[in-house]
Amino acid sequence: MIQLTGIAASDGIAIAKAYRLVQPDLTVSQKVISDVEAEQKRVDDALAQSIEELTGIQQLTREKLGEEEAAIFGAHLLVANDPELVGAMKQKIAEAMVNAEYALTEVVKSFVALFESMDNEYMRERAADIKDVSNRILAHLLGVHIPNPSNIQEQVIVVADDLTPSETAQLNRDFVLGFTTNIGGRTSHSAIMARSLEIPAVVGTGTATTTIQDGDIVIVDGLTGNVLVNPDEEVVAAYRQKATEFAAQQEEWAKLLNEKTLSSDGTQVELVANIGSPNDLDGVLRHGGEGVGLYRTEFLYMGRDNLPTEDEQFIAYKTVLEGMDGKPVVIRTLDIGGDKHLPYLPLPEEMNPFLGHRAIRLCLDRQDIFRTQLRALLRASNYGNLKIMFPMIATLQEFRSAKAILLEEKANLLAAGEAVSETIEIGIMVEIPSTAVMADTFAKEVDFFSIGTNDLIQYTMAADRMNEKVSYLYQPYNPAILRLVKMVIDASHKEGKWTGMCGEMAGDEHAVPLLLGLGLDEFSMSATSILKTRSLIKRLSKVDMQALATEALQLATADEVLEKVKQIVK
Amino acid sequence: MKTQQFTVVDPQGIHARPASQLVAAATPFASTIELHTAGKVANLKSILNVMALALKQGSSFTLQVDGADEAQAFEAVTKLIVEAGLAK
Repeated sequence: MIQLTGIAASDGIAIAKAYRLVQPDLTVSQKVISDVEAEQKRVDDALAQSIEELTGIQQLTREKLGEEEAAIFGAHLLVANDPELVGAMKQKIAEAMVNAEYALTEVVKSFVALFESMDNEYMRERAADIKDVSNRILAHLLGVHIPNPSNIQEQVIVVADDLTPSETAQLNRDFVLGFTTNIGGRTSHSAIMARSLEIPAVVGTGTATTTIQDGDIVIVDGLTGNVLVNPDEEVVAAYRQKATEFAAQQEEWAKLLNEKTLSSDGTQVELVANIGSPNDLDGVLRHGGEGVGLYRTEFLYMGRDNLPTEDEQFIAYKTVLEGMDGKPVVIRTLDIGGDKHLPYLPLPEEMNPFLGHRAIRLCLDRQDIFRTQLRALLRASNYGNLKIMFPMIATLQEFRSAKAILLEEKANLLAAGEAVSETIEIGIMVEIPSTAVMADTFAKEVDFFSIGTNDLIQYTMAADRMNEKVSYLYQPYNPAILRLVKMVIDASHKEGKWTGMCGEMAGDEHAVPLLLGLGLDEFSMSATSILKTRSLIKRLSKVDMQALATEALQLATADEVLEKVKQIVK
Repeated sequence: MKTQQFTVVDPQGIHARPASQLVAAATPFASTIELHTAGKVANLKSILNVMALALKQGSSFTLQVDGADEAQAFEAVTKLIVEAGLAK
């Protein structure tokens, strides 16, 4: 048995056969051939196989995820069926007497070069589609297998270097019991997706793909971050037991589904969920969410080739507000830029994208985009309890400008006879240290704060959260972070406002006691963490946690704080 | 042979989605269907060819259909171009 250790990214225990989602070696060498017809026939065969495969994937994706997600495979099919592509390959084989593999790579190279040279980012990205299709055809020519997660038909643990959001979305929950990756952390896309799919995951193991072979029996322990490869029967039995206990605990938590969130001494807080689309609502309600603390609207803008219209956005926002049936819904305006790009909105390359032209900075600059979103939000406001939140606010002036635009659009809508709610709260994300430090001034003008800890930690510690080498600086328990959090909470309470938190820290079992002690009003987290957190808070006394927090603020290091929390909260 | 000249009116040009629609409309016909523009020729049954033209708003092109079923093919393709608001 081999044991790997990574980061526990999503709770639960899974035991199954390994399925490696690893790209095969597609190296091609040039060979001289003599039988042109036979070589051309290989092209036809490989194309036919690729088309059949793509048709299957397209169909499955359409059934499971919908027409929009399946569209990409429709585009791939068009390329695979392209008469000019097959014509050029056959011509190359006949003229140069080369093998089909080499002919394919040469032909594709010229198409890719053509698309990559275009002055339109959208077209440049199509080059990636062509390469994708070409790799599929090439794999058939070489007789190797390109893994396809949507085609998995038995229970497996997926083993990969990393999983992209689109790969993760293709994983079928009936068959994919868990996954483990080489890279990533608790806040990487793959980890966040695992929690929303509710499958156990361990990320950042470093060597999962080199250690684990297809068909190995793998245990993924998403509670501890351990991955066991080919364990003996005793170990499997022990883990089955652990899985049973975990299931029993979840049943216990389920009893808290419709309860309020109260500390043992009666202080009430709100546990709400982070969502990325109206599809996530079901999970929020199933896990007892008391509202939505963060609706990341950028997903509405991603995976398409033009901006969403005002009506498309209106429908999405209305669906969420109605679905939550009067419970609070905090919708964050577009947070694009940084590491999140839109193919149809070309942004210049930046040296420091996380410190660059993103989120509210971009929206204040591109008011056409911003105003469309604000109008859609305002029009949806009468369908529920809407709160609007601006991301990446660094100065009061930015907040004032954003709010002025919002009020302008509201006045326009009212003048046009549209109904707009009069009780929309307007708040900001606190993720930039300057804003945390100035929270007392902000608190006079905003209706609420929501602390985005992933970015607040990154900016406070000056540590890129995408860079593995400095991941040790991602320290939610660092007293520096706790002091900033305290400043924000205190400032809001002084003005009779409230503070929420929508970073990963809000659902972290060791951070929750501290945050309760610091007086946080609203905790926004992955829906799957809500019941566990409610159960935890039920066992904590607010008074005791205040004492713990006061002590923690005076400690010197993150480790000391964590140690202290573990001592007090068992 | 049938030909007609068009000017692209879609603000996004002939991008991926309309290009796919055009290819899908042209493929069932036996006739040779081509777009001619600025010295370049694209086979309308080839998505790679059509996208490679990168036709932008305001650029003009000539649709040329030649073959046994050219009347039907010409009608189907022009109908799509006009109805989808791609060009006029």
